[in-house]
Amino acid sequence: MKIASFKRVVLILSLVLMVSVVVAGCTNNSKEAEGTDSKLEGIISIVGSTSVTPLAEELGQEFSNKNPEIKVDVQGVGSTAGIKAIIDETADVGISSRDLKDEEKESKIKEHIIAYDGIVVVVHPENSVEDLDMDTINKIFTGEIKNWKEVGGEDEEILIVSREEGSGTRGAFEEILELDSVREDALIAEGNGAVKANIASKKNSIGYISLSYLDDSIIGLKIDGIEGTVENIKSGKYKVSRPFLMLTNGEEGPLVKEFLDFVLSEEGQKIVGEKQITVK
Amino acid sequence: MKKSNWQEKLNEKLYLISALISIALILSITLFIFIKGVPAIKEIGIKNFVLGTKWKAGDGQYGILPMIVGSIYVTIGACLVGVPIGLFTAIYLSEMANKKTADFLRKVVELLAGIPSVVFGFFGLVSIVPLIDKFFGGGGNSLFASSIILGIMILPTIISISEASIRAVPKEYREGSLALGSTHIDSTFKVILPSAKSGILASIVLALGRAIGETMAVILVSGNTPLIPHSIFDRVRTLTSNIAIEMGYAYGLHQGALFATGVILFVFIMIINGVFLVFNRKAGELNDR
Repeated sequence: MKIASFKRVVLILSLVLMVSVVVAGCTNNSKEAEGTDSKLEGIISIVGSTSVTPLAEELGQEFSNKNPEIKVDVQGVGSTAGIKAIIDETADVGISSRDLKDEEKESKIKEHIIAYDGIVVVVHPENSVEDLDMDTINKIFTGEIKNWKEVGGEDEEILIVSREEGSGTRGAFEEILELDSVREDALIAEGNGAVKANIASKKNSIGYISLSYLDDSIIGLKIDGIEGTVENIKSGKYKVSRPFLMLTNGEEGPLVKEFLDFVLSEEGQKIVGEKQITVK
Repeated sequence: MKKSNWQEKLNEKLYLISALISIALILSITLFIFIKGVPAIKEIGIKNFVLGTKWKAGDGQYGILPMIVGSIYVTIGACLVGVPIGLFTAIYLSEMANKKTADFLRKVVELLAGIPSVVFGFFGLVSIVPLIDKFFGGGGNSLFASSIILGIMILPTIISISEASIRAVPKEYREGSLALGSTHIDSTFKVILPSAKSGILASIVLALGRAIGETMAVILVSGNTPLIPHSIFDRVRTLTSNIAIEMGYAYGLHQGALFATGVILFVFIMIINGVFLVFNRKAGELNDR
């Protein structure tokens, strides 16, 4: 008897499960059908550079406010990972803070420049050095200059904070400053935030971050007498800048197209203009 | 009778399947790491890979000796910090503390075990690292900082297993020792601890495994410089942090080299687990006596 009732329970349970799956499937389908008819809905997944992430999140937020049915999911994992995700088609949009390398360029990948960003060389607030030229910065990061007193600071060893191999910010920084490679014994911090935290807590440190991460806990150096600000980068006076890219693979879907249109629209570029440099 | 037999069989199969799932998982993970890692080791050359002292993915130089040395140093450092504190705590808990204090302390140790590693790392970054920087200079992110943080993190493992094995020592041993006129401390260190030796060593080996495998906390406090450290205030990069830091960016041979780093780490863990099994078996024999 017990077994019989047990069997019956199992039978009923599995029936319920089946029915619910079928029903759920149906409702989902019908919703999607409605969606494509009238309004766009769904999730756009954006993956890539940690430098572009704050901007992409802000753009996504505003875009979702305008289109409540569309969610924008942003993951900051690094430029190379973002480019890889687009090649593998595991994300809808890839974000990169460096140009694509030759081996990454595939015929189907489209690059959309959505903004320009500055890279700021930063030091601890108590550091007395305010201005360096490109050549000196190069020498500091390659290890030719090792003490702050050589560049007008206190008699203290220079501690270099760099980014991990493969980081878009590091790639762009090395390229613009024509550095072969940052000093080997540099402290490696993972991400812009970690660089900032390290510099803010170490008096003799120097590092580089994306302009959008600059705040009061650290000081951005002038380069060749020019401060790294939105205006100076826009006018081309501040040299250490790079493009922010959004990448797509093949023909964009309606969702992604709508999003990219928004990013490049006047409204989207206004958000870009708050911390980065607009395209137009 | 027949029906219950059928049920029993079903039950048994269910447990068997569950057991097989975990075995299949460990096998597929192992296989995956080796399939991805071994070709890279072949391409780089096992000698260049394991004994190479330069890691520069951009230039195609993949030598992980600094990371191997870093991992070993950090683990030794963690033991130097964690083992004495952990062992003395275990002795106190099992031999000296009254029941109330011991229960309270045990709860605290359990709490310590439950704190996520990233929290330990962050604590180290904002408190220990600046302190080291202030007193010893050099930035603070160092082998020393990593050892302290890992030393704290392995405490729960050492304390709980050592305490259990000290408790497992038969009461008669102590009674005999005390009856022969030795003091409490003497009988603890000369009778109880030697009897619990295998269990204590097992706890240390298990702690070694935890220390060598820890990633997140180490990334935050070690400085991650891929060079062989020459002093305890030098920055280090461990095998695990090498994988975690660069995996997001890597592709091609670089990615393969990171999986190969995983292979080396795997070998280390296997050795540690093997040693643990030996000690554990000895401890088991002792308890059976």
